[in-house]
Amino acid sequence: MNPRAPAPPPLGSRRPPTPNPRKRLLLVLAVLVLASSGLVARAIDLQVIRKQFYQDQGDARFLREVPIPVSRGTIFDRNGVPLAVSTPVVSIWANPAELLEHADQLPELAKALDVDAAELGKRLQERSDREFVYLRRQMSPEAAQDVLALNIPGVNSQREYKRYYPSGAVMAHVLGFTNIDDRGQEGLELAYDGWLAGKPGLKRVIRDRLGRTVEDVEQVRAPVPGHDLTLSIDSRIQYLAYTELARAIDSHHASSGSMVILDVPSGEILAMVNVPSYNPNAIDASAPASRRNRAVTDVVEPGSTMKAFTVATALESGKWTPTTPLDTSPGSMELGGHIIRDTHNHGLIDVTHMITFSSDVGASKISLTLSADQMWDMLHRFGFGQSTGSGFPGESTGYLPVPRKWGDLVKATISYGYGLNVTPLQIAQAYSGLADGGRIREPSFVKGADNPAHAVLDPRIAGEVMAMLRTVVSPAGTAPDAAVANYSVAGKTGTSHIASGGGYVNRYFSLFAGVIPASNPRLVGVVVVADPGGGNGGAYYGGLVSAPVFSEVMTGAMRLLDVPPDNVQRWYTGAPQPVTPQISAATADARKPRETEP
Amino acid sequence: MKMIGALAFSVLLLAVMASAIAVVWARHQGRVSFVELTQLQNQRDALNVDFGRLELEQATWAAPGRIEQIARGQLGMITPAPAQVEIIRQ
Repeated sequence: MNPRAPAPPPLGSRRPPTPNPRKRLLLVLAVLVLASSGLVARAIDLQVIRKQFYQDQGDARFLREVPIPVSRGTIFDRNGVPLAVSTPVVSIWANPAELLEHADQLPELAKALDVDAAELGKRLQERSDREFVYLRRQMSPEAAQDVLALNIPGVNSQREYKRYYPSGAVMAHVLGFTNIDDRGQEGLELAYDGWLAGKPGLKRVIRDRLGRTVEDVEQVRAPVPGHDLTLSIDSRIQYLAYTELARAIDSHHASSGSMVILDVPSGEILAMVNVPSYNPNAIDASAPASRRNRAVTDVVEPGSTMKAFTVATALESGKWTPTTPLDTSPGSMELGGHIIRDTHNHGLIDVTHMITFSSDVGASKISLTLSADQMWDMLHRFGFGQSTGSGFPGESTGYLPVPRKWGDLVKATISYGYGLNVTPLQIAQAYSGLADGGRIREPSFVKGADNPAHAVLDPRIAGEVMAMLRTVVSPAGTAPDAAVANYSVAGKTGTSHIASGGGYVNRYFSLFAGVIPASNPRLVGVVVVADPGGGNGGAYYGGLVSAPVFSEVMTGAMRLLDVPPDNVQRWYTGAPQPVTPQISAATADARKPRETEP
Repeated sequence: MKMIGALAFSVLLLAVMASAIAVVWARHQGRVSFVELTQLQNQRDALNVDFGRLELEQATWAAPGRIEQIARGQLGMITPAPAQVEIIRQ
């Protein structure tokens, strides 16, 4: 046994104190310093030297919030025919830095994108400090699939929407168009942009290193799709109006023209066309001038179409009745140094025949008995010089001078439609007011819009004016060509010189404003043709140029809308007829072709 | 007293555990539902795409200009002159 065991010596004596305890301390310290400097070195490595790498890696793994695109609402005509449809397309984008690491694949990519390879490389180099560059926008989904199938790192796709307009040039001015970001730029696309556009949603996704979405995590904000819009336009009547107007402009060598058709009982716009037009599916190829919706943005001097309101003022004043005699001989009169001329001497007529023959001398003589305030008030009540309230972007208010400055000459010229500016839509609105018993409405582009009428003229006077306007569309009047078989038509022609460079030149606006059926007004149509005859002879009177367009379009429109005829000359009696009896206008059949002769 | 304290503690502990699991479960359910929602939305979008295309196609086939061309050209249809039209009184 160990003899020392029973009495173990104190530790100190068994293991004598280390000769140098500081050495141990230093050793420990050294280890600690080494360890901590190792940590510091690693920290520097992470935070300073390789910071970018880890930052990028972290970002690449980070949750991303990406927008959820929403489609723009479809625009329909009043019968549900789609007029503007958004379909999805694919835009290809890239992260330039990442893509440039694989520059060898650029030619292949350029080929799939159908762009120039050198150009593509240059674009990427210029934007190499960014993270997002569009390579090509709005490709068809199939073509985009081919690009993505190449599987080039850094190349990604994004869904967008592109607008298509199946009706093309016929509807172009009313609808307007959208830009590449699907926002409305013109026309109703602009006016109703907030309604049509919707709100893109937002979702949080996990994306991998290549920017591909691995997993949808959650929805941050629900997308609100755009609302659909149903217009008051009837695309069949619109097409009819466009083809007839284009034909008239072509055959009369005119420079431009517009036609507006209003539904009298509701104030809704059934058709609004302008020539020249453009293809809204390829906007860049069109001349800017062809994109104007002339029916609301351009003003004309309305010419004799204003005589209806001159007569309404005269009747309201109580000084005149439809049969009050009016001496227009010798067919011209001198007023304030100007000569007012009729086409020929109409002699002694009455107020009704002043309208029938469209006598400027007669209108001037009537205006001299009226006060400027009376005349201004009537025109103002019928909406001239003010916005119609249609809400169309860029709508012109026209120009109606203040009556304080009207002398006799101004009163006379305004009585036959010079010295004021109006838009074709304003003429249509005003005639619609006459047709509706002196009640005027704001014209509307939207079907079923609430459109209260307000009375601006005694219904009896409106009826008397309408009766006078019916005489215009007769063999004796200025617009026999506006007649529509089996329907009564009331209307007024107008022919005005185009003002140019401070004076009037021998170029004309030919106008016709008409109401059909006159006995129970349903439609108002206004046709304005600018510069018929090309300034070198040729027909230019409203009754010869614009009235036939009205007749052709309304013949078709009456059939399409199934309006009962009010002026049938010859009823079918059941007796044998040389013509097959199943062709009948009363059973208006939309499947039949247009009611016009080629 | 000690017993009650221990009991309350264990009940609360269990409640905490249960709510923790419930949170996890709810979040998981949320993700599953969201994935399902996304799938259904994709399906809806695909159907909308098809519908839009069909609408466009129909509008193209039914364009008045095309109808007129076929009616007049291929089918030889004409618009009856006013003299050829008979109006029947009901």
